Amino acid sequence: MKDLETLQTSRRAFLGLAAGGLATVAAVRPAEAVKVQTKARIVIIGAGAAGTALVNRLVGRLDGADITILDPSAVHLYQPGLSLVAAGLKPAAYTRSETAEWLPKGITLITEGAAAVDPLAKTVATTGGQSLPYDFLIVAPGLVLDHDAIEGFSLDLVGSNGIGALYAGPQYAAKTWEAAQKFTEEGGVGLFTRPATEMKCAGAPLKHTFLIEDIATRTAGPGKHEIHYASNNNSLFGVPIVSEKVRMLFESRGITPQYSHVLKAVDPGQKRATFATPDGDTEMDYDYLHVIPPQRAPEFVRQSGLSWADKWTDQGWVEVDQKTLRHLRYPEIFALGDVAGVPKGKTAASVKWQVPVVEDHLVAAIDGREGTAIYDGYTSCPLITRVGRAMLIEFDYHNNLTPSFPGVIAPLEELWISWLMKEVALKATYNAMLRGKA
Amino acid sequence: MEQLTFETMIAVFEEIFGRVLFWAMVAAAVVVTVAYLYVLIRDRSMSMRKFLLAQLSMPFGAVAAVVFVMAMTHSSLSDMGGAIDVIVLLGIAAMGAAGSAILVYTAQSLFRGPKEP
Repeated sequence: MKDLETLQTSRRAFLGLAAGGLATVAAVRPAEAVKVQTKARIVIIGAGAAGTALVNRLVGRLDGADITILDPSAVHLYQPGLSLVAAGLKPAAYTRSETAEWLPKGITLITEGAAAVDPLAKTVATTGGQSLPYDFLIVAPGLVLDHDAIEGFSLDLVGSNGIGALYAGPQYAAKTWEAAQKFTEEGGVGLFTRPATEMKCAGAPLKHTFLIEDIATRTAGPGKHEIHYASNNNSLFGVPIVSEKVRMLFESRGITPQYSHVLKAVDPGQKRATFATPDGDTEMDYDYLHVIPPQRAPEFVRQSGLSWADKWTDQGWVEVDQKTLRHLRYPEIFALGDVAGVPKGKTAASVKWQVPVVEDHLVAAIDGREGTAIYDGYTSCPLITRVGRAMLIEFDYHNNLTPSFPGVIAPLEELWISWLMKEVALKATYNAMLRGKA
Repeated sequence: MEQLTFETMIAVFEEIFGRVLFWAMVAAAVVVTVAYLYVLIRDRSMSMRKFLLAQLSMPFGAVAAVVFVMAMTHSSLSDMGGAIDVIVLLGIAAMGAAGSAILVYTAQSLFRGPKEP
């Protein structure tokens, strides 16, 4: 017991400890897989979250493949950050980086968009007039915001006239905060909308509502704001249990849900919004209006015959198997991210789970095998409810909650740790995903 | 989280702080830890007198760590929503406390030498 009383230490004990630590680190390192030799020509349309994450993983799996990635934008957007920019919590630059800096060496980046795909001849025509033959094609161009579908609205209105539109990009998210900030300080009627189409991150319209309500109440005090959330149907979120929770939160925060109110037209002069409802059009006056337009697949996807013929006909999402994301008619084509015609999954977190599945099936196909990985609709949304709190909501195709940390981080509870994940850890995880490491 | 490996964690921390700052902080932590182990081995015992002063610095380290995290994340103590939040908060405070204790103990040993003051 003498040792314990005097707390003696020694070089030997120290070296033993150090050696043990190093052995642990070495033991938990994952094994490197053997690369598949191939001459396959792979074309990836889009260097967003999905395209970039996939190409970084593919270069680690394939040896000799001819990989081309197409993206007309020199700027890569961290879109999950737009909600924070539109609440004045981060600057617009927080969401911007360079597309090229995320891409690996040994591939070809063409800074043009796709103009058409010929799935029979297996070629992609670019907007610059090139024709790219492919053996495998990944369609990941993202989606298109259809601002023209809302009568009287145009993007140059954003930031003034009490109009916000955070989806439109970093500069518009920053302008959205200008309009929203004025509303939080002066009070009045706030209208928060969402489109009737499928949309990226269906939690974002709710986050913006919650954040602006929270900031407004903190800034001008309670009772000065009247806040309405216009939902596109009879629920507030696609997953019923989450919708119920949001309904309860709205009630406690004094936010009025307006069910089945789809924004149709804006009169910025009169500050009046027109909504389509089952009982006909209805008008509401506003001091602040947040616009999220209908969202659709890019035109070339629809013109190239890649879309579902009997589902989402006004939106044109790619016809893929919902478990493998492989095209149902053209097995050498996969779709990833927002453009994929699956019931859920238009978030960066979904992309994180979709990419390894497409990687598995693609590499297996090149290697002459069948892939085994399955995507079950995993979608995640750190649903911010206040500055400082969020609910870490994760779910799948079956509307089941799929918590990553069951019993530790409760999905339907407003927690600080969930906020920390969104504020601090999410961009880091996203960037690690882009590099193919998460 | 699908694949939470050691490599992923490193990548995440690199992204949070930036590669240079993260590895600089790791290096600083390693230097302090090695210096701490060095004085322990050199002195062949813990000095309870030095440890007393180190202990007195612990509450300050704990509060400083919590204030730093709150300021960095637009949060306040009123945002604590559940048990896990309190656990995380206590964990941050404990790390701040332990860090400041080790730092103060090591600094005393290095600058005042092995003899009792």
